[in-house]
Amino acid sequence: MSQSLRPYLSCVRSTLTAALSLSNFASQAAERHNVPEIEAASSPELLLNPLTVSRNAEERVLVEPSVNSVRVSIRIKQADEIEHILVHKFTRFLTQRAEAFFILRRKAVPGYDISFLITNLHTEEMLKHKLVDFIIEFMEEVDKEISEMKLFLNARARFVAESFLTPFD
Amino acid sequence: MAAPEVHHLFHAPIADHSFSSDRSTLAVARDNNVELYKRSGNAFRLQDELRGHDKTITGVDIAPRSGRIVTSSQDRNAYVWEPSKNGEWKPTLVLLRINRAATCVRWCPSENKFAVGSGARIIAVCYFEEENDWWVSKHLKKPLRSTVTSVAWHPNSVLLAAGSTDGHARVFSSFIKGTDERPEPSAWGERLPFNTVCGEYLNPTAGWVHDVAFSPSGDALAFCAHDSSVTIVYPSAPEQPPQAVISVSTQLLPFTSLLWSSETELVCAGYDCGVYRFSGSSDGWQLTGTLEKDTSQSRPGMEQREESALNMFRSMDLKGRSGAGVDDTKLKTVHQNSINTLRAYDESGGQVAKISTGGVDGRVVVWNL
Repeated sequence: MSQSLRPYLSCVRSTLTAALSLSNFASQAAERHNVPEIEAASSPELLLNPLTVSRNAEERVLVEPSVNSVRVSIRIKQADEIEHILVHKFTRFLTQRAEAFFILRRKAVPGYDISFLITNLHTEEMLKHKLVDFIIEFMEEVDKEISEMKLFLNARARFVAESFLTPFD
Repeated sequence: MAAPEVHHLFHAPIADHSFSSDRSTLAVARDNNVELYKRSGNAFRLQDELRGHDKTITGVDIAPRSGRIVTSSQDRNAYVWEPSKNGEWKPTLVLLRINRAATCVRWCPSENKFAVGSGARIIAVCYFEEENDWWVSKHLKKPLRSTVTSVAWHPNSVLLAAGSTDGHARVFSSFIKGTDERPEPSAWGERLPFNTVCGEYLNPTAGWVHDVAFSPSGDALAFCAHDSSVTIVYPSAPEQPPQAVISVSTQLLPFTSLLWSSETELVCAGYDCGVYRFSGSSDGWQLTGTLEKDTSQSRPGMEQREESALNMFRSMDLKGRSGAGVDDTKLKTVHQNSINTLRAYDESGGQVAKISTGGVDGRVVVWNL
């Protein structure tokens, strides 16, 4: 783990731990409804201040807590065009399978690559600290995954170019 | 100190729980039903189920003397359940006249009224009307600006404290002519017609107030809010600013429930999964400790290392997880998820000796203080 990644992740971890203090809260705007307040945003007093944790200009996490739900949006590092394409394909692959991921949001918040929506039902069903662990692990892994894919892509491009140019040698 | 008595009832959140006065029956809110457990030996056995609500139950309370059970739910209703002769429970619908979820319910100490907090910015104070033979309600609504999260009764059965998500803890009078006797004048107020606001206290950061409680004498009010603080208010005289407002902020996660164990001690529990004690008086309050016993130091080092090697191979074998990663799935606390409610379990002479906690993890734990 690089030197700046550790404080970044530990900051995200403590933010998430505090934000996951959720309760079962029925809507006070609609009768017999129980909706994530961060998405409905019908009563301003039920939303807490959103918090951005940034590692640098490209990488940041937005945590938007409310009384019964938290929205976590992640911007993944994209240094060049190739990484941009790779991140887009990767997040598209995940969000299309959002049902299987429970906490994944189908659409990312504008300006971010991937969003999670954690409601009180998730914190009741699953262990709170493991949910935090999952997001931290995801953030650790996704960087690794993207750079690995980029290396693989470059290696393949070189190999293809080489075999393509062999007849002209 | 004896170890806490843990009852793992099921894998679903317990929004509220309540013991009968002889502590042989335990009522637990589970999804849309209330389950009644009977003590048999050291365990609790499921005995009966109260069905009738069609949304999540938010509150359940057993009246200590009459044994009647009142339940409130997010379907906007409250029922009073009375035991009939053949051992079944007969529900009576309460006319709450609210159009949002009911969030909490508590019997008053005299047991002829109860209060239901709701998401409609209303507290319904309910009492039995003999001539019509049903439970009717009167509404407290004036300064409430958001969902009521909790209600608590003063020992005189007239004053009612309420916490709300607008960041205020308030003290109201719920005096109902014909039902209540005129209360003794206290520091909260002398003349107390219905809906008198006897006190209104804002949390310093306007965080949601999760729970409120009157001290055993009723001369102090405590509330816990989402900024992880506990505030204790000592009123001086009617219409006067309070004698002392003491706010204790902590580095822990917010508390969702609190209980006065005596006039100088508070017990709080919440999202940190542990139970914490506070003590003090009108001069100041502080956090004095936790009820969890510290298990990390009791073990000698050698044994721990051996065990961790064993654990490592076991985790490689069973879970396909490599390396020395210790199994951190289990929390060190007794509850494995947030604690929702704290109740007095054993009380004698204004001194609480045992408390019970119910959590999101489906456990009810009885602790010795």
